[in-house]
Amino acid sequence: MWKDLPLLPDSASTMSGQVDAVWWFLVAVTVVFTVLISVLVVGFAVHFRNKKDGRVATQIEGSLQLELLWTIIPLVILMGMFFWGTTVYVQMQRPPKNVIDMTVVGKQWMWKIQHPTGQREINALHVPIGQAVRLTMTSEDVIHSFFIPAFRTKKDAVPGRYTQQWFEATKPGVYHIYCAEYCGTKHSAMIGWCTVMEPADYQNWLAGVVPGETPEAAGKLLFEGMRCVSCHPIEAGVTTIDGAPARGPLLAGIYGKEVVLKDGGRTVVGDEYIRESILKPMAKVVLGFEPVMPTFEGQVSEEQILQLAAYIKSMKDSGGAKK
Amino acid sequence: MTSTTIAAENTSENYLNNKYGWKSWLFTVDHKRIAILYLISISFFFAIGGTFATLMRLELATPAGDLVQSDTYNKLFTMHGLVMIFFFLVPSIPAVLGNFLVPIMIGARDLAFPKINLISWYIYVIGGAATLFVAVTGGVDTGWTFYTPYSSTYANTHVVAMAIGVFITGFSSILTGLNFIVTIHKMRAPGLTWFKMPLFLWAQYATSLIMVLGTPVLATTILLVGLERLFHIGIFDPTIGGDPVLFQHMFWFYSHPAVYIMILPGMGVVSEIIACFSRKRIFGYSFVAFSSLAIAVLGFLVWGHHLFVSGQSAYAGIVFSVISMLVAVPSAVKVFNWSATLYKGTITLSTPMLYALGFIGLFTIGGLTGVFLAIMSVDVHVTDTYFVVAHFHYVMVGGMLMAYVGGLHFWWPKMFGRMYPEFPAKFAAVIIFVGFNLTFFPQFLLGYMGMPRRYHAYPPEFQLLNVLSSAGASILAVGYMIPAVYLVWSLKWGKKVGPNPWNATGLEWTTQSPPTMHNFDRVPIVTEEAYAYGEADEIARRGHSPAGPGKHIEEVHVVR
Repeated sequence: MWKDLPLLPDSASTMSGQVDAVWWFLVAVTVVFTVLISVLVVGFAVHFRNKKDGRVATQIEGSLQLELLWTIIPLVILMGMFFWGTTVYVQMQRPPKNVIDMTVVGKQWMWKIQHPTGQREINALHVPIGQAVRLTMTSEDVIHSFFIPAFRTKKDAVPGRYTQQWFEATKPGVYHIYCAEYCGTKHSAMIGWCTVMEPADYQNWLAGVVPGETPEAAGKLLFEGMRCVSCHPIEAGVTTIDGAPARGPLLAGIYGKEVVLKDGGRTVVGDEYIRESILKPMAKVVLGFEPVMPTFEGQVSEEQILQLAAYIKSMKDSGGAKK
Repeated sequence: MTSTTIAAENTSENYLNNKYGWKSWLFTVDHKRIAILYLISISFFFAIGGTFATLMRLELATPAGDLVQSDTYNKLFTMHGLVMIFFFLVPSIPAVLGNFLVPIMIGARDLAFPKINLISWYIYVIGGAATLFVAVTGGVDTGWTFYTPYSSTYANTHVVAMAIGVFITGFSSILTGLNFIVTIHKMRAPGLTWFKMPLFLWAQYATSLIMVLGTPVLATTILLVGLERLFHIGIFDPTIGGDPVLFQHMFWFYSHPAVYIMILPGMGVVSEIIACFSRKRIFGYSFVAFSSLAIAVLGFLVWGHHLFVSGQSAYAGIVFSVISMLVAVPSAVKVFNWSATLYKGTITLSTPMLYALGFIGLFTIGGLTGVFLAIMSVDVHVTDTYFVVAHFHYVMVGGMLMAYVGGLHFWWPKMFGRMYPEFPAKFAAVIIFVGFNLTFFPQFLLGYMGMPRRYHAYPPEFQLLNVLSSAGASILAVGYMIPAVYLVWSLKWGKKVGPNPWNATGLEWTTQSPPTMHNFDRVPIVTEEAYAYGEADEIARRGHSPAGPGKHIEEVHVVR
């Protein structure tokens, strides 16, 4: 019978055990205090009930010692829980160095996922055990939230920006994916399955799925197809393909670097900045260039923007511009 | 007091019988009559909100979405939340019990601004009418939280009409809060210093501060959602240059303190009831009083704990986390002081006392599960799941609603001069307690297992717990119908009572039941602490001084 009533979700990631440990400690504190209060309240209510024997209540003003006691003890317990809980949270924020980067785009009402090797999935996610996976997420419309209970991880997919979460699965199996942020009519149908596999099985799976282009390759096609290349040099030393002086900054090797802006500010070139520059090119113009880039808003999807970013990230700085 | 004087007082003129006819109600500026108007209106909205909840729990009895369509279900939980929060919980204790009792408890004839008090009710009614219009013409499906850009761009329901309803109703809270603050500052009877005030007044005062400071932010936020929806001003929708997370900051800046609007007054009620039925002063009076203010102040600094998975900076999250945990301290102080008050009391388990003791237990669970949500690593897993749903229902229903129903029973004889019937009242209290726990406890388990909230259909492994929850909800629904029946019954057939059926302290018990038009024929002068139950019992044993202890009635007051 208890099989039909599982009281804990599967525990299938490197973090899930740690979160459960904090959880059980909180449950223990809750049970202890609830029992303590219930015993006091029920015990006093019974023991000091009005038996109509003429006993009168003893008036007590209060007690500073007791007030301090039940201020300080809860405070100490709470701060202990805070430090433990925050320590675990900080770990949840810091992915290991070696991660598989995948992209997740939420839209009403599906999850679109792309692997670095090009495989695409909808409402499904295949991952290997023993390997950290980092999801870079956004949304095409409203806010969604990508939630895998078995990994104890959840993060909103917010339109207009990127959010990230990571996990490292530990136990092969099939686990629920939910959308946890209410997103409209079919919110409760925006669900899927995360399949956790042995690394060899994962490789087989990758091999068995006809991959689309990798994000970089798709990005390269877009970059050429949308004529980005007519303004942005892709190699140092080369101007643009028509020989004119470059109208836009050199993109090779620019990813992850800091650039100086026309208004004197600085920004690091990452996914967020690339996305903004494609959709709102006037927002942050690099020093030395005119604000001449047209917006591509409405012409590229969120997935294509992520592919363009992947391509820019992949462009190697091929000498010439080296310091 | 002899029975003849009781009879004499009850046949005398009071606020209920001094005038008749609908005009005497709709144009009244008497705080007591306005309280009754609020009582009728919020009971109406409670019934509507409860109907929505019942339909939701029926739908959730099976995993498939088979009883209603997805869109209908989404409207049900949205309307349930909106109606219960803005039209029941927020006004419940302040606008009904507070309106009735604040002036009487401080020995005043009315609130500082009686006409504004009436206006606040009309504003509430207009906001309520907008809500009913929305409900009748197809509802709204954004969730009560109105998260953007869903609400501002994508939803195809009556968002603007509903936003107007919430916007308007907010002014009703602001005016009530303003009225209470001024009244408590300026109109206390001679001798009634701050630290002689009943804790109910401290709680109302703290609540009023939140209402006045927080509600304008909600009004602004809702207004911006409406403007973005109508005129495409880019504030929250990123496709037109807005920031959807900004909405969440603004919304929770009000709506988290609003949670304390929905619990602090309940804490005040519980203090009064426990003192009376233990025959004791509240243990650590000043600690209980200041803990209300501490909760009100800290409550404004914790909104970010609703955004731990929204992409808010981790550093901001850590600060919000630690402040949120601090709120647990004054809450714990209150619970311990109430428990200690029972020690060496002479305790009577009357109906109000059953509710008050139930409140302590359920609020303890509701409060402690709030700590889970303040801890980021656990919140990441349980936020937006049924764990959150269970948590806030333990606070709002297990806490505030228990306190409201308990308070209604406690002051019912004062408000209407007649006692409710004891047996059905105790029976209903037990039914409500059992039904409540059966409804909401399984939801904690569902949440940790990972069932997201606001799901119309769910995986089959969650069914058993959902069936338990739905079964509990049906018990709870019956539990609420019983008081509705016997309280109305008691208006005509309840046993008549004198000024002080509980032999309670507090100025409200020194005036007749129901009170006269102007509450007091003479200005009371207060010389004693709030909970002088030792003296009250001493006097009762000697058998004289019906006016109550420590309240020397002097100075003949000339009624206008």
